Amino acid sequence: MNRYDLLRLPPVRAVLASRWPLLVIRAAALGGYLLVVVAGWVGTPVGNRNLSVVLVWIAWWALLILLAVPLMGRAWCSICPVPIPGEWLQHGAVLRPPPAGRRGWSLGKRWPKVLRNTWLQNAAFVIVTLFGAVVLTQPRVTALVLALLLLAAVLTSLIFERRAFCRHLCPVGGFIGLYSQAAPLELRVKDTALCAGHREKTCFTGSSDGYGCPWNLFPGGMVKNVNCGLCMECVQTCPHDNIALNVRPFGADLMQPRARRMDEAAKALILVGSAAAYSAVMLGPWSQLKTAAYSAGSAAWWAFALVFLTLVLGVLPAAFYLAVWAGSALTGSRRGGRQAFVRFAYSLVPLGMAAWIAFSLSFVFTNGSYFWPVLSDPMGWGWNLLGTADVPWTPYLTGILPPIQATVLLAGMAWSTGLTRRLAAERGPSPRSGRAAVPVILFHLATTAVLLWLLVG
Amino acid sequence: MASRRLTEWLGRAVVVLLAAGPPSAALLARGFEARGVVALQGVMPETGGWQPATLTATVGESIRLRLTSSDVMHGFAIGRDNRPPVDVRPGQVTDIMLRFDRPGTYTFYCTRWCGPNHWRMRGTIEVTGSAVAPDVSAPAPYLALGIDLDAPHPSGVQPDGIPSAARGAMLEAGVPEAYFARDYVRRHSPAAAWRAFRGDSGMRAYSDQQLWDLLASVWRRNTSAAALETGRRLYARNCAACHGPAGRGDGVMVAALREALRAPAEDAVGHSRNRHTVAKPADFTDPDFLGASPVLLHGKIVRGGMGTGMPYWGPVFTDPEIWALVDFLYGFQFAYDPQGGQQ
Repeated sequence: MNRYDLLRLPPVRAVLASRWPLLVIRAAALGGYLLVVVAGWVGTPVGNRNLSVVLVWIAWWALLILLAVPLMGRAWCSICPVPIPGEWLQHGAVLRPPPAGRRGWSLGKRWPKVLRNTWLQNAAFVIVTLFGAVVLTQPRVTALVLALLLLAAVLTSLIFERRAFCRHLCPVGGFIGLYSQAAPLELRVKDTALCAGHREKTCFTGSSDGYGCPWNLFPGGMVKNVNCGLCMECVQTCPHDNIALNVRPFGADLMQPRARRMDEAAKALILVGSAAAYSAVMLGPWSQLKTAAYSAGSAAWWAFALVFLTLVLGVLPAAFYLAVWAGSALTGSRRGGRQAFVRFAYSLVPLGMAAWIAFSLSFVFTNGSYFWPVLSDPMGWGWNLLGTADVPWTPYLTGILPPIQATVLLAGMAWSTGLTRRLAAERGPSPRSGRAAVPVILFHLATTAVLLWLLVG
Repeated sequence: MASRRLTEWLGRAVVVLLAAGPPSAALLARGFEARGVVALQGVMPETGGWQPATLTATVGESIRLRLTSSDVMHGFAIGRDNRPPVDVRPGQVTDIMLRFDRPGTYTFYCTRWCGPNHWRMRGTIEVTGSAVAPDVSAPAPYLALGIDLDAPHPSGVQPDGIPSAARGAMLEAGVPEAYFARDYVRRHSPAAAWRAFRGDSGMRAYSDQQLWDLLASVWRRNTSAAALETGRRLYARNCAACHGPAGRGDGVMVAALREALRAPAEDAVGHSRNRHTVAKPADFTDPDFLGASPVLLHGKIVRGGMGTGMPYWGPVFTDPEIWALVDFLYGFQFAYDPQGGQQ
């Protein structure tokens, strides 16, 4: 099966099977999160001199997209501080479930059936992207967005059961979830038959040792990483030690035919389009585009928003649908365009992730040196605590960054191309079914060419 | 059960301490840091200008301004004040102390050409709290004389060549002293004065061009090398970007002004903008410039506008500075020798 269960390693098990390590890390992360909110609000309004912008959009983003997501999928969600206050109120406890009869302050309602998908996350991500240039550069806006996310998480926990905010609303969660399918780490059950025969299903319902899956999943039926937040609650509640944290081949979920969804297909397209938009706005030479994106609310910004929405929600999906339709036409198939659209959309995951990595490499290494002054003067008040306040802005790795970015993009394209061929072969290994891949591969080539132009020049 | 409850409380304590510690420390630091400090952020006028644009102060009490820029380099100076301007560099913090001896409304402004609307980047400091009377400026002389700043001022006459103050100085012998009086010069345009010279029977012997030379000499005698230098410095810093270094109305910002003409009627921060209010800057080498009296030019500088994008400089320049600037402007028509002046 090409899997290795990390929980077999005693140190890993000791850390993940205890509540304390994750609680301490998450509490510290909450401290950092609240510090960022305060810094954004009371510190200097100059983005590159304020801890909030530098820590969140340079340091955290670099760790997230360059390391955490590609290698550990949703690992960030396991230490994300956003759910802590809401869960405390919801459970009435921060560690194990309180004794029977004592409950938290949540109404405990079920998330509406019509919203049990990631469409709201997709919308949230699009909205954040529309204001991205402002959010990424203005400390007060960063603080406001983070505070609103925290507030939304608390309110959601007070109304609904489990982590409804993380599962259905968090814009970052949707991003991480889609790309976690490519990561070489998964949480799965060891023996599904054991789960099937377990009447209590404590991994879902909870026990005195832990809560039912906060992500509203039944681990025994889980085949993809998308919605699993690696919170390790099921490790606590499974009485049969049937949970494994596997190291696995990259991209193992992407060929998983079960649980393919239109909302995830749309997310794959939105994320590719957003990566291109961010690259054009943040790294491109077009000052008018930059000014329009920064001038939220102005007529120029509305024009930018209209173009962005048209491209990302209209032109890009239409072009992809056309490619899929052309592929079906080449095979002579008349079967479900929608089904094929969703299936082939998963081939965009490697390319999309590569686009985000390539964009982030440039963004992070160009702006990384802002970290040193902020280390000494986190609020931008003229302090010099560690003597690094006057370190000048210096872009790092400028000489080798473009070839690295190009390599990442081409590797993403190669991965997507291979995946497309395998997805096409799902309908049968005949040469005719392989033709369905050709237009989709051409779409990948064109998308890569645009991204190379935007990022490498 | 008791140990479980204890563990839970320990967990809560850990969460509260770790979560509340860093932000509390930051707020505490803010409490110490913020005492007596006013943060003033420089932002290009297209995206907001000075933030905040209005400050308050009390007479005799120092205020500490913490200047930052979030985009390009700006400069900070207070109008009608002899404190030197301070550069406000992007991403850096510059602290300055201010103290005012008189109540009143002081204008602070950007001293660096930060964008096409640079001159819009202004704010005010309301200084209150003293028995000392506010420093009220005398009304600009154009108001007392009832001059319409917006009316055209064609010269009607013009010299064949550039009038030379040096040549004119050699012809002054027979010229009535009244023509040299400062009040006379400031109220008359060069063209009007030339007509007066031409109609004066005592000056009938002079040729038209000699009268222009004489006029240049009269204008030059009513200023000084120091004033011309002040005017040159102010012009270079504040006017040349639009009016051009040679006064031809072809400064580097003209293209941006044209761009502004094509821009939407509402800018990035929602300021409504009349498309017709931005026109080509005045050409000081145009012969019609000789139809403008010093009082008229003084008024234009003080008030600005005239249906163009001309800023108002009244709250920024002192009166001697404005007169020095006016004197300097005539140098675009007359051949002055700055080192050879009188007074």
